[in-house]
Amino acid sequence: MATEAPPPPRNGTETDRGPASPTTEQFVEVQEGAEFGELRRTYRSFAFPLTLAFIAWYLLYVLLSNYAGGFMGTKVFGNINVALVLGLGQFVTTFLIAWLYSRHAANRLDPRAEAIRTRMEGDA
Amino acid sequence: MSTPVLLAASSATTEHRPLIIALFGAFVLATLVITVWAGRQTRSAADFYAGGRQFTGFQNGLAISGDYMSAASFLGIAGAIALFGYDGFLYSIGFLVAWLVALLLVAEPLRNSGRFTMGDVLAYRMRQRPVRTAAGTSTIVVSIFYLLAQMAGAGVLVSLLLGITSDGGKIGIVALVGLLMIVYVTIGGMKGTTWVQMVKAVLLIAGTLLITFLILLKFHFNVSELLGAAATNSGKGAAFLEPGLKYGATATSKLDFLSLGIALVLGTAGLPHILIRFYTVPSAKAARKSVNWAIGIIGAFYLMTIVLGFGAAALLKNSDIIASNKAGNTAAPLAALEIGGGAGSTGGAILLAVISAVAFATILAVVAGLTLASSSSFAHDIYANVIRRGQATEKEEVRAARWATVLIGIVSIALGALARDLNVAGLVALAFAVAASANLPTILYSLFWKRFTTRGALWSIYGGLVSAVVLVLFSPVVSGKPTSMFKTVDFYWFPWRTPASSPSRSASCSAGSARSSPRRSRTRASTRNWRSSPSPESERTEPHTVRHHPTAAS
Repeated sequence: MATEAPPPPRNGTETDRGPASPTTEQFVEVQEGAEFGELRRTYRSFAFPLTLAFIAWYLLYVLLSNYAGGFMGTKVFGNINVALVLGLGQFVTTFLIAWLYSRHAANRLDPRAEAIRTRMEGDA
Repeated sequence: MSTPVLLAASSATTEHRPLIIALFGAFVLATLVITVWAGRQTRSAADFYAGGRQFTGFQNGLAISGDYMSAASFLGIAGAIALFGYDGFLYSIGFLVAWLVALLLVAEPLRNSGRFTMGDVLAYRMRQRPVRTAAGTSTIVVSIFYLLAQMAGAGVLVSLLLGITSDGGKIGIVALVGLLMIVYVTIGGMKGTTWVQMVKAVLLIAGTLLITFLILLKFHFNVSELLGAAATNSGKGAAFLEPGLKYGATATSKLDFLSLGIALVLGTAGLPHILIRFYTVPSAKAARKSVNWAIGIIGAFYLMTIVLGFGAAALLKNSDIIASNKAGNTAAPLAALEIGGGAGSTGGAILLAVISAVAFATILAVVAGLTLASSSSFAHDIYANVIRRGQATEKEEVRAARWATVLIGIVSIALGALARDLNVAGLVALAFAVAASANLPTILYSLFWKRFTTRGALWSIYGGLVSAVVLVLFSPVVSGKPTSMFKTVDFYWFPWRTPASSPSRSASCSAGSARSSPRRSRTRASTRNWRSSPSPESERTEPHTVRHHPTAAS
């Protein structure tokens, strides 16, 4: 993809640190390789459905609050009603999803990303 | 006991004004010391824009919370719960769930593919000048709306808490807030601003925890008892604990709330002052950690505002809350006064002063973050890469950022002073609507859609920006209702206050049409973009280094 502007000036303090960058060809090669495809699939097949799920769950909650007042007002115990339980449920699922994703990333994504990076930097 | 609360509160604020001012002064002094210290370490552009990228996940998580929990969410949500019960709580949930979008889709790839601003992420793959202009415009528009709401809110709030009613006093306070924010950002840069956010987050959490604990103590740690007392005392009975008091009035208000919910969830991960926070950590992993911390801290905070809000409803008379501030913004400080022993007691005065000082700190930290976001985008995207076509030196760029800060500061002081009597709360919703309609879709397409093009990016940003701004301009936020900015004129025809869902859709349609564009970007950026690993730990595979290879152009 062509860029209109010339590349930004090289920034001494930022780019001279560490080993030399891999070349564009190496990036392309890695992108087309099976290892990277696998990494990308592992990420997307986890993050995308989960995103759809929590947005759907949130919208369901908002719709219930809007249009199912009677159901939401049902007492569960004491003064605690369904609306409050579902609202607190949103907090619980948010914490849970954050934990699930972080576990998935630490176990399945980070090691693969690390492997690709180490190899590329070793080659460069 | 609660009859003279209002009178007592105002006399207490005047009486204990020295205490409030002393606490606030201590905060200002401490943050100025931090700012000067941080300023002495700020040399390169990476220092100014990204705090040297040396913050840990926990520090940045704390700073994100500090940036995000504005006075609107602290005082506004507690007040909304105190007045409308469940609907106030309902409102707070979107602010939390939104962080999952940031965690799952935005934080890590953004950290890997950008340098300092939102424009960097887009410029990575697209033609630089047009997308940077678009990203800069939208960043500045979102930040100015948000800033204006905060500044005007600061004037109102501080006047209430300090008992200042004269016009000159209010303007003076807006000017003071603006001046401090200019100092924080120009001298301290991102490093100073981040530390201010962290200090503020700790103070806010500590203050809220204290009041929450005292309220729960009073109700024997029995939430059901607290809710029952709130429902009875509010005079609305069981309806107070059910959805509908605020958003359930008509079919329009229900749809409006649905739209607001969507704007909140999709807008958060598109707010420029939040996005630039992901650049302050050394790696994508640290960016993930910081969002996790932020989710924990923000979640805990909103859980406490439930107690704060229902506690205020249980302890105070509804009419007293409204008499003090129609939107309920002073419910939390009044509850603090009451739980500390009521008006005239030392405990009450101290708690009121603590909460008021925390509210000031909150406003200052948030406006500093917003100013930094807009001046960074102006200097880095518009000045260095559009006007100077990438020929500006790092020094010139940072100087431009400092001047932009001063300019934005002056503009927002002026606008904030002018808008001090307008109801500008709707501007926050507008900022979220623009972020949800223009910024987030563009970022997501750019990160995950291989065939996304420059034209698509421009349509996506300008389409979302223009449709959101135009719809709000002709909505009741601006004119025609008692709660509008301009009450006396009436030119609204769009019934909803938060038009997020419609522009989101139009933006995605326009971007979709760009798919057939002949300029297919056969870029490999999508590889490197995301956790592709080459880059995390350091700066060494920054996007611009890739561009040095001629073959990068296809």
